[in-house]
Amino acid sequence: MTELKPFMDALGIRVICGEADAFDGVYAGDLLSRAMSHVEAGNLWITIMNNVNVIAVASLADAAAVLLAEGVTLTPDALAAAEEKGICVLSAEQPVYDLCAGIAGLM
Amino acid sequence: MHEPVTFHFDVDGENFSSAGEASVIIKKKLRQLGFSPDIIRRVSIAMYEGEINMVIHANGGAADVTVMDEYIEIVLSDKGPGIPDVELAMREGFSTARENIRALGFGAGMGLPNMKKYTDYMKIDTEVGVGTKITMRVNTTG
Ligand SMILES: Nc1ncnc2c1ncn2[C@@H]1O[C@H](COP(=O)(O)OP(=O)(O)OP(=O)(O)O)[C@@H](O)[C@H]1O
Ligand SMILES: [Mg+2]
Repeated sequence: MTELKPFMDALGIRVICGEADAFDGVYAGDLLSRAMSHVEAGNLWITIMNNVNVIAVASLADAAAVLLAEGVTLTPDALAAAEEKGICVLSAEQPVYDLCAGIAGLM
Repeated sequence: MHEPVTFHFDVDGENFSSAGEASVIIKKKLRQLGFSPDIIRRVSIAMYEGEINMVIHANGGAADVTVMDEYIEIVLSDKGPGIPDVELAMREGFSTARENIRALGFGAGMGLPNMKKYTDYMKIDTEVGVGTKITMRVNTTG
């Protein structure tokens, strides 16, 4: 497991809801049925999708957290679902590639 | 022999917000029953994909899950349009999802292939204009 805090500080990642201390690996992608089979337990999942189905997939796949790129925020029903299911959702201004490169650079 | 444990869900075809709920509940139940993370993951993926397909392609349906001694069986039945060409539908990347559905992140054409990949048995009974019944099993022994 990798501690999340240094990545959040360095890349300006904010918390939208929930809590996550650490992650184990990263998956980036927006198509839900691809994410469903590729997000592994403990992964940080980077996406620009912000609807309620993202929360269901994150929950089923046991993602450590969802990181929304490009300053995207959750829709109201997605936020409600994330809070109810205890899913940690983060947000950052950078596009997906820059987040991936930034995270890789800090690993 | 244990008594089989069964669960039944009506899957709402109108409501995208609750899509996936049955799968989330089953996952919780399987955890309580003490199944390994690998089994739980495989059942969760297969059931989620089937549940979502009923919502987006068939206006809802029913999901029945039975936990038996040797396998977990998932049966998804709907009265939707049916699948005209099953072989084509099973191909990775094939999707008839409309633009508004794709905008939500569906439509990769990976749902049915995932269901096949993560289960030990999968059977599709479908008739155009009548509906679709998909039976899947995940072995829980050896
Ligand atoms: N229950 C169903 N009733 C009618 N058609 C279905 C059903 N399930 C799947 N299909 C058909 O099979 C196609 C392929 O399904 P599949 O789940 O693989 O992809 P998808 O649902 O289109 O996209 P994805 O699952 O990747 O989000 C669908 O686009 C649809 O045409
Ligand atoms: Mg599908």
